[in-house]
Amino acid sequence: MGDFLHMGGYAFYVWASYLLGLIVVVVNLWQPRRAEREVWRQLKRRRRNEERMNESETP
Amino acid sequence: MWAWLHRLGSPKRFYGWSGALARWAGWGSLLLGVAGLYYALFASPPDYQQGESVRIMYVHVPAAWLSMFIYMNIAFASLISLVWRMKVADMFAAASAPIGAWFTFLALVTGSLWGKPMWGTWWIWDARLTSELILLFLYLGYIGLLSAIEERDTAARAAAVLALVGVVNIPIIHYSVEWWSTLHQGATVTKFEKPSIAWTMLRPLLLMALASTLFYIMVALRLARAELLRREADSTWVRELIDGHQGGGNR
Repeated sequence: MGDFLHMGGYAFYVWASYLLGLIVVVVNLWQPRRAEREVWRQLKRRRRNEERMNESETP
Repeated sequence: MWAWLHRLGSPKRFYGWSGALARWAGWGSLLLGVAGLYYALFASPPDYQQGESVRIMYVHVPAAWLSMFIYMNIAFASLISLVWRMKVADMFAAASAPIGAWFTFLALVTGSLWGKPMWGTWWIWDARLTSELILLFLYLGYIGLLSAIEERDTAARAAAVLALVGVVNIPIIHYSVEWWSTLHQGATVTKFEKPSIAWTMLRPLLLMALASTLFYIMVALRLARAELLRREADSTWVRELIDGHQGGGNR
């Protein structure tokens, strides 16, 4: 295990690369998730407002 | 054929098939990525010259591949959007840009992290590194241009033109190591020749490259779909979709 983490003396360079790769993946997983949640929230809010308007128009 | 493509590119149809494709690409990416990481970190030998530092390659090369592949996708989608005015192509191109910028950044930094122990320097202003840096600026310029122009169709058209002009840079990146002298090593995997790399190292490389490509497809499609819903919020098919989802989850 120690050997594995040591990476033949290149530990910093190798692990920094993999960590950075992980960060890029996580950011790119989070972005579409955020966009989807945001757009669905907007769509549903809009729908609710429309329904409210319709109700007030027909007493 | 063209009529068929046009139908696939209609917003409602696109929303339908892209959801399934994104899901499959996501699971495929996870599967191949886990296998790729296993081979990259555990089940591949150290290089006889570069030792364990060669494992940086399994992050660096897929990132660099994706940086160019995504750009070509943006350019292709831009062409389609300019010629056929296909809205979906615009959205796909716009969704691809930030992903491309991230992976270009990753390719540059992991290149640096590999260059320091192997070449003795973080950076040199040679053709390969400089043209890849220009690629990052092209992505940032594209994103900036899209957000700078108020009117959406004008913005999309301007960005599409920029993307197409920037295509010149892609063969420069690719051939830079052959045309100019450099510290950067030549291509290990080409389409036409037998790869100059042992199978034990090629296997994790291909797995990681394929996993990242699928990852990109998944992220780009999901971003494009979210944007599509936002723009088509008033259309009948989106209304039906919302009704179908009332009280349900996000899908």
